[in-house]
Amino acid sequence: MSAATDRMPRLLALVPYLLARPGIRIDQAAQDFDVTPKQLRKDLQLLWLCGLPGYGPGDLIDLSFDGDTVSVTFDAGMRRPLRLTGGEASALVIALKALAETPGVVDTDAVGRAIAKIEAAAGAAEPAGVVVGNGVREHETTARTREIVREALQFGRAVRMRYYAASNDRITERTVDPMRLLIVQAHSYLEGWCRRAEDVRLFRLDRIDELDVLDELAAPPPHARHSDVSDGVFSAHESYPEADLVLEPDARWVAEYYPCEELAELEGGRLRVRMRYGDESWMVRLVLGLGGRATVERPGELAVAVRRRAAAGLARARHLSITGGQ
Amino acid sequence: MSTARAERLVNLVLALLSTRQYLPAERIRGIVPGYADAASTEAFFRMFERDKAELRELGIPLETGTNSAFDPEGYRIARRDYELGDIDLAPDEATAVALAARLWDSPDLTGQAHGALVKLRAAGVEVDDRAHAMVEPRVHTEPAFAPLLAAVQAGETVRFDYRRSDSPERRTRTLEPWGVVSWRGRWYVVGHDRDREAPRCFRLSRISGEVVTTGERAVVRRPEDAKLLDFVAGTSVSDDGSAATTARLWLAEGRATGIRRHAQVLEHRSVDGEDGDVVEIELQHPEGAADWIAGHGPDAVVLAPDVLAKAVADRLERVAAGGGGMR
Repeated sequence: MSAATDRMPRLLALVPYLLARPGIRIDQAAQDFDVTPKQLRKDLQLLWLCGLPGYGPGDLIDLSFDGDTVSVTFDAGMRRPLRLTGGEASALVIALKALAETPGVVDTDAVGRAIAKIEAAAGAAEPAGVVVGNGVREHETTARTREIVREALQFGRAVRMRYYAASNDRITERTVDPMRLLIVQAHSYLEGWCRRAEDVRLFRLDRIDELDVLDELAAPPPHARHSDVSDGVFSAHESYPEADLVLEPDARWVAEYYPCEELAELEGGRLRVRMRYGDESWMVRLVLGLGGRATVERPGELAVAVRRRAAAGLARARHLSITGGQ
Repeated sequence: MSTARAERLVNLVLALLSTRQYLPAERIRGIVPGYADAASTEAFFRMFERDKAELRELGIPLETGTNSAFDPEGYRIARRDYELGDIDLAPDEATAVALAARLWDSPDLTGQAHGALVKLRAAGVEVDDRAHAMVEPRVHTEPAFAPLLAAVQAGETVRFDYRRSDSPERRTRTLEPWGVVSWRGRWYVVGHDRDREAPRCFRLSRISGEVVTTGERAVVRRPEDAKLLDFVAGTSVSDDGSAATTARLWLAEGRATGIRRHAQVLEHRSVDGEDGDVVEIELQHPEGAADWIAGHGPDAVVLAPDVLAKAVADRLERVAAGGGGMR
């Protein structure tokens, strides 16, 4: 927060804040307002010079200092904070609604009560205008996984897991030093140091098949950094190979779902995009699954691999339908 | 902001809060310290205009009116409109509020949420937003979010350029917005589409350019919140309402792991010299499942039901034939 623009809100909030907390330590108050004790003292000095018309000794805001603490002895009529603006109330209430829809973070009952109280105090006449729905039905096993992850985080323990990686369609055993629980686009993830990959990784909770908390303490190396998830969870490494795809109109969602570069709008509502992929088998599965709604233009090997897999799939299905297998 | 101006503004607020009479500008100039410094009447009015704008920006309800027909227009602040109502949060409620204030990924909304926290603290609520949270949820927003929310709250009609997911064409849409809806971590606006005379929902990330208000009031009644969510959830691609089905698949040994972890193995069976298993699997969304299964090519073959087997085969045939553009 920049001190210059936030000074007025702070000055208007300070007197009521101090009234509610007689004898509070100045450094504590500074911390609550997110400013230095020096800045807070400047604010108090300014308020000390303000007051009611007349501006005599009995009209000015009066503060009493005792050591490092401060109390208000005359408030000049500034007893309550200014009400929340529409923007402030919305910012808080919408975030609370999102929290209520996010499984396993806080007691949703407490969130509901907080929303009701803030709406009542804000006296919002206008409709909130925002509805938050999560829509991801969480499986019981995921809720259990989350409890175990929480326990590991709370006690600072490493975990061992069997994890299904969608990128290469494989299940692997990993030992992970948990760092935090994250929720990105309605899915829960454990972020941790993966000792196998020797890197920070995100593990989607519903893809953890087995999870044990170890006696061993979690020890992510000091250079382990939180992942940047501001653009979602897919990170396209620069060293990854690139593919150019042409998406039919009903496959354009791919461009919104995965990070990719839009190269050109083509005739008939088709879109040419460039995408990076970590694992060729993943890319092959994506294109096969799109069932002709996407065409690989480049690289040639990928296009060939996709077509071969499709032909092999058809051949096997024919074989099965004739022989029923044996 | 200069110290002198901050001091003048605080004094102005205190003076206007303490008066029941409307104070005309000239009177304010005479009593509130700081305005006496203005070199001329013109300079004073410039200063005063800026100060009024600042107070309104802070959300201070500045009233204008006259005490009698003969008086010039004056100003006051009604205490009941200025003051935050009583609020008392239990510790678990305060924890939720503190966490909520950190959810936004937009600096603007984070700033607004912090502004709210400052006021709640000033109302005597203890909110500790430095407490370590082991969970880091985030609420992601789009540029169109703030203007649309403002329009919903003001009951105003908006206009914006929109591109549907299945078309490159941008069209200008005119909407009476009913609400902004978050569904599965993505934002939508739901409202009455003026051009189509029907309720419609639009994804915020597909709105390009600015959202402008047309100046017209919304006329179609807004349905309840729960209904708004239905509009979005109903148009969502993987609607939960679709019929679930049980399918029988053959999976190659050690392959198609993503399918296997949701399936029950019925028996071992080799096909064409390749080892594998016949499995049974519960599919929630048969259409999406066909894409998923087709992705595995020869590693996953549908045995039943027939419609699913055909749906997968169709996909593979289109790919084998050379993909989208040539069919």
